[in-house]
Amino acid sequence: MGELSKLTLAGARDSLRKGETSAVALTEACLAEIEAAGRLNAFVHRTPEIALDQARAADARIARGDAPAMCGLPLGIKDLFCTRGVASQAASHILNGFRPEYESTVTQNLWDAGAVMLGKLNMDEFAMGSSNETSTYGNVVNPWKVDDRDLTPGGSSGGSAAAVAADLCLAATGTDTGGSIRQPAAFTGIVGIKPTYGRCSRWGIVAFASSLDQAGPMTKTVQDAAIMLAAMAGHDPKDSTSADIPVPDFEAMLTGDIRGKTIGIPREYRMDGMPAEIEALWTRGAEMLKDAGAKIVDISLPHTKYALPAYYVIAPAEASSNLARYDGVRYGHRAKLAQGDGIVQMYEKTRAEGFGKEVQRRVMIGTYVLSAGFYDAYYNRARKVRALIKRDFETVFAEGVDAILTPATPSAAFGLGEMQDADPVEMYLNDVFTVTVNLAGLPGISVPAGLDSRGLPLGLQLIGRPWEEGDLLNTAQVLERAAGFVSKPAKWW
Amino acid sequence: MSIDIDTARRVAHLARIAVAEDDLPALAQQLSGILTFMEQLNEVDVSGVEPMTSVTPMRLKRRADVVTDGGYPDRILSNAPDAREGFFAVPKVVE
Repeated sequence: MGELSKLTLAGARDSLRKGETSAVALTEACLAEIEAAGRLNAFVHRTPEIALDQARAADARIARGDAPAMCGLPLGIKDLFCTRGVASQAASHILNGFRPEYESTVTQNLWDAGAVMLGKLNMDEFAMGSSNETSTYGNVVNPWKVDDRDLTPGGSSGGSAAAVAADLCLAATGTDTGGSIRQPAAFTGIVGIKPTYGRCSRWGIVAFASSLDQAGPMTKTVQDAAIMLAAMAGHDPKDSTSADIPVPDFEAMLTGDIRGKTIGIPREYRMDGMPAEIEALWTRGAEMLKDAGAKIVDISLPHTKYALPAYYVIAPAEASSNLARYDGVRYGHRAKLAQGDGIVQMYEKTRAEGFGKEVQRRVMIGTYVLSAGFYDAYYNRARKVRALIKRDFETVFAEGVDAILTPATPSAAFGLGEMQDADPVEMYLNDVFTVTVNLAGLPGISVPAGLDSRGLPLGLQLIGRPWEEGDLLNTAQVLERAAGFVSKPAKWW
Repeated sequence: MSIDIDTARRVAHLARIAVAEDDLPALAQQLSGILTFMEQLNEVDVSGVEPMTSVTPMRLKRRADVVTDGGYPDRILSNAPDAREGFFAVPKVVE
């Protein structure tokens, strides 16, 4: 049974169409793996009945010769996506018991493409975190291990990353506001792409920072990312920032040919104190692309060091506004009130009980930077710096750069609890290589590229031009093949 | 710019999050640390730069001003902690 859940999307799709397996068999194999993987704490709401219904329907469609792109392929869905009638609580206590009456556009697109939902995946509360330690469901544990310590799978899409790396599902949805797809993908040795802002509809995805949030696939291979992104993406009139442009056949764009492409290496990403292994991996990645016929050029993105501080003004500001809706009135948790408590006490007690500490901190920082007297000094200044960060990228793209190669993270996965006493800002540094991409609205992909000396996966990031995910995926696949990353975590759970 | 205890209390209230008096000093310290990190932005010359409003230049689509959805109060109220007679119920707001 375990072998079936190890399949890639492409492999399973081809087997289904040849009649070598069935969607029900694939789904049952994944459900059995999920059942046995409680220690990873990746799946937090299981939906076996929905899964088997969808799988039977998929088998019927395949038998009729009417199989859409993802027909019969079992997926995990990040808890941030609203799924009709199924608990969707953004890993927050404040949404305890919430069962949406509606379906997010991205998940609806996946079901329309024939995919199967295995259940909901753990994450950092409201997608705020880089280690999956802020979830109301408890920590997710990385399937990779080098000693007796439990390691973080990264965050915020840590449940998605752990589930895909441990072969509990064929692929999963993630969302990425500052690196929340790419950092956990790198920590678990899988592929994760954040598409161009506007490529996937945000409708029905619990909002964190609306100008930065994007959904994307987390998969075992670049080819799978191409297949699943095409199914997730598309214009949606219900999201006014969703782009009304055609979605190309990304899979067909994987030609393996990157001859003549120009790859930029940004000097500002060479950080002080960067581990030598990461620097070496980055150099090797550039050599692999060069060997495949690309031209490697040094580039400068001068405002890089200001991306994190700008992000930590803009994202909390937007979050403080988005999270104002959790007031104990329409859904989720409401605090028990004392005699004489009015509506303000209801709000204050509900939000104190319902939000975890990191979410509270970010809501308060956001409130502060938007408050009278500080709006210009912090929020408007950060938005101006954001414009300069985007301009840096526009300049190098105008000079002929097709994609930019960087490390995905400043380290490999660290131990759960190791950052417990750290300053909040230290945790924020995890996003140093990924956050610029969200601020500029660009597509970025993390590709597993090697193991560190202890045997933990490391990823490289490629950043592409807006709307050119097809070209980016093609370059990423060349890197994937050259790196030849085939390691899997040894099963201990 | 550092945040003192009074400012932390005021921000918590503006954010409608109850914070116990005993927790205010630690909160003020954490918020100050984050703000210090943000101060780096003051090094950047932003003269003549417009604040970004949207990463993609786009004009919002328009549509006819008509009702496209609705008419199911039971579904809207189905997740409410307290719903009565077709309405959300809250503590008394007006004396």
